[in-house]
Amino acid sequence: MPDVVEYAIRGVPMGCVFALVAIGIVLTYKTSGVLNLAFGAQAYVSAALYYTLRDPDRFGWPMVPAVVVSVLIAAPALGWFLDRALYRHLRTAPPVAKLVVSLGLLVAIPQIVNLDFLLGSQAKLAPPGVASEDPIYVAGINTSANEIVTVVVAVLSVLGLGLLFRRTNLGLQMRAVVESPRMTQLAGVNADRVGSFAWMLSSLFAGLAGVLVAPLFAQLTDLDFFGLLIAALAAAVFARLVSIPMAFAGGIALGVGQALAAGVLPADNVLSTGFRSVLPFAVLFGLLLFWPGLRDHAGGGDPLAGVDPPPPSPGGFVRPRWMTVLNRSLAGAGLVVFVVATLAVFDEFWLRVITQGIILSLIFLSVTVVVGLAGQISLCQAAFAAVGAFATAQLVDKTGMSVLVAMVVGAAVAAALGALIALPALRLSGIYLALATLAFAVMFENVLVPLEAVSGPTRQLKVPRPLLAGIDFANNRAFLLLCTALLALVAGIVLLIRNGTTGRALTAMRSSELGVASLGLSTGRLKVIAFAVSAAIAGFGGGLMATFERQMGRQVYQANFTFFVGLVWVVLVITLGARTVPGAVTGGLSFVLFRQILEKVLGVSATLAGSVSFILFGLGALTYAKHPEGIVEAQTQRFVRLVSRRRAHPPDDAPTAVDPVAPAEARP
Amino acid sequence: MTLLEARGVTKRFAGIVALDDVDLACDEREIVGLIGPNGAGKTTLFNCLTGVLRPDAGRVLFEGKDLGALAVHRRARLGIARTFQRMELFAGMTVRDHLLVADRAHRRAGGLPSDLVLRGRIHPSERDRVDRVLAQLGLLDDGDRPVDALSLGTGRLVELGRALITEPRLVFLDEPFSGLDRIETDEVVATLQAAHAERDVAIVLVEHDVTAVQHLCERVVVLDYGRVIASGPTDTVLEDPAVRRAYLGVTE
Ligand SMILES: Nc1ncnc2c1ncn2[C@@H]1O[C@H](COP(=O)(O)OP(=O)(O)OP(=O)(O)O)[C@@H](O)[C@H]1O
Ligand SMILES: [Mg+2]
Repeated sequence: MPDVVEYAIRGVPMGCVFALVAIGIVLTYKTSGVLNLAFGAQAYVSAALYYTLRDPDRFGWPMVPAVVVSVLIAAPALGWFLDRALYRHLRTAPPVAKLVVSLGLLVAIPQIVNLDFLLGSQAKLAPPGVASEDPIYVAGINTSANEIVTVVVAVLSVLGLGLLFRRTNLGLQMRAVVESPRMTQLAGVNADRVGSFAWMLSSLFAGLAGVLVAPLFAQLTDLDFFGLLIAALAAAVFARLVSIPMAFAGGIALGVGQALAAGVLPADNVLSTGFRSVLPFAVLFGLLLFWPGLRDHAGGGDPLAGVDPPPPSPGGFVRPRWMTVLNRSLAGAGLVVFVVATLAVFDEFWLRVITQGIILSLIFLSVTVVVGLAGQISLCQAAFAAVGAFATAQLVDKTGMSVLVAMVVGAAVAAALGALIALPALRLSGIYLALATLAFAVMFENVLVPLEAVSGPTRQLKVPRPLLAGIDFANNRAFLLLCTALLALVAGIVLLIRNGTTGRALTAMRSSELGVASLGLSTGRLKVIAFAVSAAIAGFGGGLMATFERQMGRQVYQANFTFFVGLVWVVLVITLGARTVPGAVTGGLSFVLFRQILEKVLGVSATLAGSVSFILFGLGALTYAKHPEGIVEAQTQRFVRLVSRRRAHPPDDAPTAVDPVAPAEARP
Repeated sequence: MTLLEARGVTKRFAGIVALDDVDLACDEREIVGLIGPNGAGKTTLFNCLTGVLRPDAGRVLFEGKDLGALAVHRRARLGIARTFQRMELFAGMTVRDHLLVADRAHRRAGGLPSDLVLRGRIHPSERDRVDRVLAQLGLLDDGDRPVDALSLGTGRLVELGRALITEPRLVFLDEPFSGLDRIETDEVVATLQAAHAERDVAIVLVEHDVTAVQHLCERVVVLDYGRVIASGPTDTVLEDPAVRRAYLGVTE
């Protein structure tokens, strides 16, 4: 069937773009151990810059200088800056810490680009391609000069990379670093220089991909670049994050597969359009479930890994008894003040804002369980919350069940889903599990939410406020008190779990999966439990959000539960303190209060307030490298130390640089 | 009676053969030494026997049953415990908590429902068991300290205690004395002998410290470049010229 061949070939340009980003991912992962989730965002930076430079209303530059500035200058400069300012200092940090930092950038960078004075809020039609996009026919295949340029540039880049590796001194050093960063250091190679170069190179690839791909979208939006990121991640995982040729092949294969799905399947069928958009996520998820050989590299396959100094411990701090007492009294006093304020002081507007903050705090406790206790990065908490909300709304609508009961059932549904999502955990750990949750989060939004079976009818479903013990919580003050009580209840449960057998086992697993397994505990089972409990909490909170809004449907989803918002949640909680209840509550309240204070008190426009808060939350994650225990906890510990004047082994003082030439385990 | 028997264990990493057709046996209550120069494959062998790595060839029998592809935690439940050369302690947790986690894992105690009901309480019998092991290892004074603040030697003892409290039939100890000075080593050797004397446990011990090996092990197996180059009674093997060449010559 010549048609099939033609469709397949049409997928090659897109495949090349995927491949470029995938190669960048592999390159930085191998040279610096960072799985950089921000490459999609970096591609977006170059695309947006290119667009602005070419836009006749802004700069109106011709193609060549625009490409030079946006791809050849800006992209490597960004990579250099990120390495210099951040990643270089994280070299011995655990992979998950590096992932968190890149997650913060993933959140912050698109928001920065979208600021009014940068990309502006005008209609962002896709920029013109680097070459003409008029259809031409080459060997009977419908293509365009732009697509041909895309393919040629990609192939040349890969060949250039190959030459660089084989023929130049720097390339040789890079290959050595890829084999064993520690070994290279011992051999006197300047790893900083090599790392810098790798970052510039891979950022260049991302920028190139961004500019090449932009014309293929109808509009320039950051969301499309998440799709690009997922596809590139799929190709990179196919390459097991180590093989550049395989990353290239994987990218092309994915582009071709997508084009085939688009061309061969009937276009008017819901299932087939769904299939096309789901392909990269499904491939990524499928690879994570079944692709052999992923586990070996999860902990870094460096034969010299043993000489690394141990990573600074996140919790080498025992809380004195008086601190616990003080905490409890403060929490109690705060609660009393809060209740009085609720009943007497807040007006309707602030009542609404605070209620939202309290419900979010409850949802954020789900992050406390999965990230804080179990040490697993989950990026699909918003999906769990949404499932709880959708389930609550539909149960109430269809069966007329009481809202509170429906919320509990919704939590159970979310828990089942959480356990399912954790299944890759039975064989994977760390960053791969995080990727699986990211794939699921994006897939949930793009594929599952549009389905009626998941989100219900197109109209918003009405969700009543609960009626309990003769109190009608339609009253907003009463409802806020109810939410606060539920928050306290869930916080209590989380604390009980943390202090119990499960919490201890999870905490142990956080620092040593091997140690836990050697005691006879199944780490897979522990992770499934953590995800299920976490999803249940998120789902319950989602249901609460639905009754708060008095309705649920796709609009409420868009306003509260998008996967991007979910990323911000996780970043925020991790930044503030993922292990403690105060961390989650501070997070929930700042999430809403921050932007309202900007908007209502400082008079910033609503969109700007939204962007600014997301940018700050994202950039906040950069402090994670220094304070893995979170800002709130770090301040608490400082306070305790100040008061007790007794050094309680601060993690900051742990040795961070041990002479690599003196391996701790060698015998004299 | 033979407790553990490994036959023809072979493990390759990209390019190198880390283990080549290795046999190892250990009787009940026996202490076997496993020695060999750096990079000989000792840790890799432990990893293959405990299920961390899957050998490319060979079989591992425990109490006569083939362990096949059994996962680490399932082997642990059969009574195989270990310590690690690169310590695998639980950061931020106290010494007591390490032993408590191990004890509860061993008894399959706890779980979400009991977490909610018990409110984090520790049963007196649990405290007794933990304290008994702590006392035996001389760790009672450090019980409530977080492991991050401990010295290397104490950390190794915590790993030992964590392994012993699971009442294993067999413990693999990977360089339990590395990083300790002569006096500390002698102390730990004595502790280990005492702990072994009152338990029904066999030990396979990787150690570079020849004196310690001589004190503890009746029998040793010598690995070099992934092959067993000698095995038998400790004193005979240590006299073997091939062993001296491969190993002792390098160290002394
Ligand atoms: N995960 C791995 N990937 C690649 N090679 C490995 C891996 N683990 C071990 N090796 C290699 O296998 C060989 C055996 O290593 P192993 O750690 O088992 O030696 P050892 O006898 O324990 O040495 P030491 O006395 O230094 O602890 C070494 O050459 C090592 O580099
Ligand atoms: Mg070893």
